[in-house]
Amino acid sequence: MRYRLLSYILGQVAVVEAVLMCLPFILSMALKENTLLAFGVTILILLALGAPFIIKKPDSLDLTAKEGFVAVALSWILLSLFGSLPFFISGSLPNFVDSLFESASGFTTTGGTVFDDVEVLPKSLLLWRSFTNWIGGMGALVFIIAIIPKSNARIIHLFKAESPGPQVGKLVSKLKFTARILYAIYIVLTLLEIILLLIGRMPLFDSVIHAFGTAGTGGFSNKNLSVGGYGSVYIDIVITIFMFLFAINFNIYYLILIGSVKQALKSEELRAFLGIAALSVTIIAAALAINSVYRSAHEILRHTFFQVGSIMSTTAYFTADFTAWPMAAQAVLFILMFIGACAGSTGGGLKVSRAVILVKAGIREIKKTISPRTVNNLKFEGKKVDNETVGGVLSYFAIYMTIFFVSVILLSVSGAGSALKLGDSVMASASCLNNVGSGFGNIGVKGSYAMFNSFAKIVLIFDMLAGRLEILPMLLLFNPRTWTKK
Amino acid sequence: MNIIIIGAGKMGLTLVRQLSKEGHNIVVVDNNKKVVEKTVNDFDVMGIYGNGADHEIQTEAKTQSADLLIACTSTDEFNILCCMVAKKLNAEIDTIARVRNPEYFTLFMSKELGLNMMVNPDYEAAMEIFRILRSPGTIKIEPFSGGKVDLVEFKLAWDNPLIDTAISDLTSKLQIKTLICAVQRDEEVIIPKGDFIFRENDKIHIIASPKDAHILMKKLGIFKSVAKKVMIIGGSRIAFYLAKQLDKIGIAVKIVEKNEQKAMELSESLDQAEIIIGDGSDRQVLQEEGLMNVGAVIILTGSDEENIMISLFAGSQKVNKVITKINRLSYYSMLEASGIESIISPHLLTANQIIRYVRGKQNSMGSSVLNLYRIVNDQAEALEFLATKTFAGLSKPLKALSIKPNLIIACILRDNNVITPHGDQTIEAGDKVIVVTTNEFLDDLNDILN
Repeated sequence: MRYRLLSYILGQVAVVEAVLMCLPFILSMALKENTLLAFGVTILILLALGAPFIIKKPDSLDLTAKEGFVAVALSWILLSLFGSLPFFISGSLPNFVDSLFESASGFTTTGGTVFDDVEVLPKSLLLWRSFTNWIGGMGALVFIIAIIPKSNARIIHLFKAESPGPQVGKLVSKLKFTARILYAIYIVLTLLEIILLLIGRMPLFDSVIHAFGTAGTGGFSNKNLSVGGYGSVYIDIVITIFMFLFAINFNIYYLILIGSVKQALKSEELRAFLGIAALSVTIIAAALAINSVYRSAHEILRHTFFQVGSIMSTTAYFTADFTAWPMAAQAVLFILMFIGACAGSTGGGLKVSRAVILVKAGIREIKKTISPRTVNNLKFEGKKVDNETVGGVLSYFAIYMTIFFVSVILLSVSGAGSALKLGDSVMASASCLNNVGSGFGNIGVKGSYAMFNSFAKIVLIFDMLAGRLEILPMLLLFNPRTWTKK
Repeated sequence: MNIIIIGAGKMGLTLVRQLSKEGHNIVVVDNNKKVVEKTVNDFDVMGIYGNGADHEIQTEAKTQSADLLIACTSTDEFNILCCMVAKKLNAEIDTIARVRNPEYFTLFMSKELGLNMMVNPDYEAAMEIFRILRSPGTIKIEPFSGGKVDLVEFKLAWDNPLIDTAISDLTSKLQIKTLICAVQRDEEVIIPKGDFIFRENDKIHIIASPKDAHILMKKLGIFKSVAKKVMIIGGSRIAFYLAKQLDKIGIAVKIVEKNEQKAMELSESLDQAEIIIGDGSDRQVLQEEGLMNVGAVIILTGSDEENIMISLFAGSQKVNKVITKINRLSYYSMLEASGIESIISPHLLTANQIIRYVRGKQNSMGSSVLNLYRIVNDQAEALEFLATKTFAGLSKPLKALSIKPNLIIACILRDNNVITPHGDQTIEAGDKVIVVTTNEFLDDLNDILN
């Protein structure tokens, strides 16, 4: 581990965060809100800590894979830590762990909140909250890669550690341009959503907040009733569409951009994603219809589509109280949390491509038992997946579930004596690990994470970071051999 | 530029390293998954795993929008096939194939199959050894236009017969036909005319075929051949090419080869060289064959380790010049540090040759310049143009053309022949014309005319 190199990358992250924080700072200044000091102080601290490390470049920028993982994990901890200061200093969240939870929830695009009432918060703070959703969606280090003038070859390890999915590929040969293309697609889609929401007569500030929330698949809103607070069919439809769009692998948009629409539509992951979505919508709509929760068919479809998109993309906006839906609908949504969005999107969860490989690996195992001599190749996207990748996906799933179970146990232990039930521990763990944010029971539509104690919140913060960074970077931090000098 | 490199072996990786450093967009294709993964991790390039001659893989590598495809796997036929597929997918693409077999390494093959360039590590190594053998330290020789002509730079010492001679007298006084392209006097660069008179310490630049350049330097007396007799140990393909070249300028060659069949084959294809069947790593053989009496020893056996040992032995026998071939790049840097002089690495040389091509192409993009080299510390340019039907001075004698000042037509390449232009020479469509000038911004051959 070369600490000079690490501090250089962390210094860059700090400075970038300071620059990004200027956006809410300016809004705070314009609206003369009492958060001005909180943002100003945080920006100064970030600059003071970050700048000294980036003045001089280290001799070599050749990252190893391990250093890439560690740099990304530490960067995200740093982002969350300093991103929480505005909440803490402004006094909105007097408990530091609460503000850290809110900040981590923002950057990891979880979108779970500890605020019981968000509508009273200053606008600059709301903007910062949603802005963290937006930055966290595509990734802060991808942003740095996109803006640094001369990229180093080995910087791909940062990109790999931050981008979700079992196989991370580049769009074009230069990493810097790959990062730029991704951000360009991201920005254009976000702007498009803002404009469409404005057409639906949503106020500008709310449009920006909800576009950020959808784009990053975080789901922070400035309404206690989330998107449901607007009661507009048009807004529901626009946000539904964009939640689905942001849950799709961005490579597909690039393929469409360069004119290979056919190739884009051939994507097995995209087809699986749409298939799962269609199946879920059917089951939930049927459950809603049988239990006659809504009066008209179009209302059923409107809420079902919205909720499936919301949970699959791990955004967790809501238009209706889905915690009151029939159990079958709830079960489907719970499973969708774990499947999550496509690899290479801004969403969380296990990722559709992993789910597909898992299912195929299972089927292969069964086939092998039936006829042991048959050669069974596991194919995905038309190509053979080598056993190393399959093994990687299987062990990822194992570690993922282990962390989930450990988290459930820790939350249950910490919740002894409070009003929390086992379901709440399970829900909160699943919701945070999959970067969803909302769930059933006490953290549902009407609730928040406020009733968890500080210890439980720290566990959940770890869950969120592990879920966003796909676990390995966070786990490496706890291995003593990571920190030995080479 | 968008460059596709097929084959990530020693040469491919050397190219990837250098070209990605120079900012090109590179896609590497190899059929070894591990190699592709390592390359993508080590360099900022895109990697594709698969068969490089498969049109689907090439489509995935975006051959359609690429500027250059370099096929440098170890199989000649495969490399040529890759280039042909690329040409079919994209008629505009430049293709370079690594071709080692002398039967394929012909003008016919490259012209008819649409290859822009064939690189042959063996041939390139032979040429480099040839250059080392004939150039004393004061002369700088660089290949130009795919090695058909040399760019030679030398300084006039006090005893040079050129001093105080006007250019117009060169032919009558010294029977020199070569054109002097540029002269560097102090800080100034002059494109000399007939009335130019040489002075001591002038730096002369000429462009000529290797043979003409050799004759010129011999006449000027600045060229004292390092060796009259050369011994080559190891009868590889490099030895074959080298012996042929040395034969042309009359240097006696003795080749020591262990394998009898190989030795027989060599003696069939080489008329002048003396072929010895014997183990080159055996001291006695070398001593008996007169190692001490030759001016230079070139060691070209297939084993790097053997080559190093023989070169140490030859060095201890006080041979003037020892040239050693090394394949492994890691040895190369170690040996350079250890002080063994004159090491040749065919992969590295070929990679450099391709990189020169890429730079030339990069410089000439957007104009009809085929090649561009900056010479004389970047103060002058040597440009290679293709004469097309649009050239206004087609088929007219040069003396009838009104040519811009500070510009000289250095040579004309016609069907692989190098023509040194004189007043009655004409330029025909299809000729490649090399121009040296201190003027900038020449984009077209017509720009040379007033």
